Amino acid sequence: MIISVASGKGGTGKTTVSTNLAVSIDREVKLFDCDVEEPNAHLFLNPEFENSTPVFTFVPKIDADRCNGCGKCAEICRFNALAVLGKKVLVFPELCHSCEGCRDICPEDAVEEDARELGVIDSGHRNGIFFVQGCMRIGEAMSPPLIRHVRSYARPEDLVIIDAPPGTSCPAINAMKGTDFVLMVTEPTPFGLHDLKLAVEAVKVLNIPCGLVVNRSDIGDRQLWDYAVQEGLPILLEIPFDRSIAEIYSRGQLLVEEVPSWRPIFARLYDAIVDTIETRRSIQ
Amino acid sequence: MKIAVTSQGKELASQVDPRFGRAPYILVVDIDTMNFEALDNSGNAGAFKGAGIQAATMVHDKGAEVVMTGYCGPKAFATLQAAEIKVVSDIAGTVADAIEKFKSGSVTYTTSANADAHW
Repeated sequence: MIISVASGKGGTGKTTVSTNLAVSIDREVKLFDCDVEEPNAHLFLNPEFENSTPVFTFVPKIDADRCNGCGKCAEICRFNALAVLGKKVLVFPELCHSCEGCRDICPEDAVEEDARELGVIDSGHRNGIFFVQGCMRIGEAMSPPLIRHVRSYARPEDLVIIDAPPGTSCPAINAMKGTDFVLMVTEPTPFGLHDLKLAVEAVKVLNIPCGLVVNRSDIGDRQLWDYAVQEGLPILLEIPFDRSIAEIYSRGQLLVEEVPSWRPIFARLYDAIVDTIETRRSIQ
Repeated sequence: MKIAVTSQGKELASQVDPRFGRAPYILVVDIDTMNFEALDNSGNAGAFKGAGIQAATMVHDKGAEVVMTGYCGPKAFATLQAAEIKVVSDIAGTVADAIEKFKSGSVTYTTSANADAHW
């Protein structure tokens, strides 16, 4: 089972929820930090990293001896990663999205495989948790393939928690797609609600059951609760706006370890997620 | 000899567009006869990325030897350089003014891009 922890708005508490949830579940868990542009779950989990592996993606390299300058490779590339000037072919690897269309279409077999580093995957353990994170190379603009690499560490029998990037674009979709449940972390502010609505619409398209965690639940207004009722979204946990929680976070500590009364609350959150998934399955 | 000038319109009297890759038109002018062709660059102008690369390829395919524009980014410049097309940047006024300026010999070819890549 894979639970993705997502949000529309950034900074709502995805990492707080995913790390505390992971350590509160009474079975072996894999925690994947798929926010590869700024992975920070490791700060709270403090895993012992055992492996660091660079990840590469296909970019074309032109064999000038074989190339006849027909221009088909540049024509098929919608990202303008290739320019054909007479018999000269320029490659702009940073624009390539690795579709390999150029290699498929080349009649002269002149497109060879080169590689661009996307970033590294770090993995390690802490207690019962197997932790994996992607860390994008500085200057790299394309995160989805690295996110998919992180997710390839999941086996069907695993319980996986994914700390997703915020938003509703390709990175967030690649972290949520094909998961069994989306735990949407939000806050009861106009910004929080606005971005939550966008994210919920995306989850509807992906057709994944979804529930809410309301962080800083005693600030803002009540519009969020109205929206949740209207959409039939269960609110599975409310975390108050509490200075001591913020202090624990800012020290890089886990709430459930510093305030043990939170541990059963997060354990029940997991049970509620399992219940929601099973209820939905039985309806279908 | 043909010169490509980025333009806001389709006439020699049109204003030079300061952008290279995303100018609406590129006028390819034969400076000996003053005959010209107005290339519709709107397809490139709307490109997500790599507009300059496409525009440079188009200018090369039309046989221009010099590009006159306002700003030229690093990928466009690299493409023009590979195509052995010279670049005159910081051009303003009308396309006709630019051509006159070129004919009078008071132009300096740039040796590098004068704009950052778009992110």
